[in-house]
Amino acid sequence: MAYQGMIAHTVQFRGHKGDIGEAYYAWPNGEGKFPGVVLIHHMPGWDEWITEAVRKLAHHGFATISPHLYFREGPGNPDDVGARVRAAGGVADDQVVGDARGAAAYLRAQPHTNGKVGVIGFCSGGRHAFLIACKTSDFQACVDCWGGNVVVDDPKALNAKRPVAPIDLADKLSVPLLGLFGNDDENPNRDQVNRTEAVLKKLGKNYEFHRYDGAGHTFFNAARTAYRPEQAADGWAKVFAFFHKHLGTTV
Amino acid sequence: MCSYIVEKARLVGTAKGPNSRWMKVDTANVYYDHPYEAQLDHALCVDFVCEADGGRERVAIEISRESALELMDRIKAALASGDASHAKAAACSLAVNKAEVASLF
Repeated sequence: MAYQGMIAHTVQFRGHKGDIGEAYYAWPNGEGKFPGVVLIHHMPGWDEWITEAVRKLAHHGFATISPHLYFREGPGNPDDVGARVRAAGGVADDQVVGDARGAAAYLRAQPHTNGKVGVIGFCSGGRHAFLIACKTSDFQACVDCWGGNVVVDDPKALNAKRPVAPIDLADKLSVPLLGLFGNDDENPNRDQVNRTEAVLKKLGKNYEFHRYDGAGHTFFNAARTAYRPEQAADGWAKVFAFFHKHLGTTV
Repeated sequence: MCSYIVEKARLVGTAKGPNSRWMKVDTANVYYDHPYEAQLDHALCVDFVCEADGGRERVAIEISRESALELMDRIKAALASGDASHAKAAACSLAVNKAEVASLF
């Protein structure tokens, strides 16, 4: 069921270590209790396309919140804030996990949610989503959209902020995982996606991976030249079906 | 690509953004990744910032790989021609001054 009406606005949430930050929240304007989704933004930041993605999920029946993972860098245009975070080497994994847990708690506290929460992430957020699903028990389903560096080939890519390759935590993954990838992507490339799937298969995890020809990185993003409408439409449909299967529908 | 790889160049100088205000810059953060604004799959991005002043403001460019290579060549060419021209001017200026000074006494 699609919800043309929705309420969308910026809210405050309590993130890692109790820090209060801002998040973008949209939920369907209808009767009943809706499944929740925490949307982890991509590396460029908490930008316009991320708010569009939040509203798209709300349109399809999910109360969706996207925490601004860079809020500690202060106010400013998302691109400028994102540039500062990049120059500082990105955000720490533990901080992201804490912020995601805080966003999930925000969802569960809303009277119009059904208590089940999924996590979805794009680009670096895809890696974060995988990591979050391995390190917490706050979520009931996970979607990794082309998250790079789940498999880490260069040990120099591991540091204090990102000390562990997410694939090395895969044994702790306890929720269903949906992975969407473009076959022309460089990070993750085909080989890395195959190796990730091999680990999940070996561990007997509940997962489904879909690979798209003619698509590279960020092929959902209509604001970019990388946008691939056919592949994106199919991918979104898989996301909605997966979340409804594991998080439920409006009751 | 979406890596966290950033090359940092230490600079001495100033930069000016669209608000027509000059700012000191002491660092260029350079990376080759998905750009924020430019309609390119990948771009060579440079953020000129002043870390000494907190690094909160920037003058940013996102250009194609070919543009970056062309820019590098033009920077080298400009420096070379500038160095040659300045060296010639300095030598000429010094010689004239010496002759002029000598003729006065």
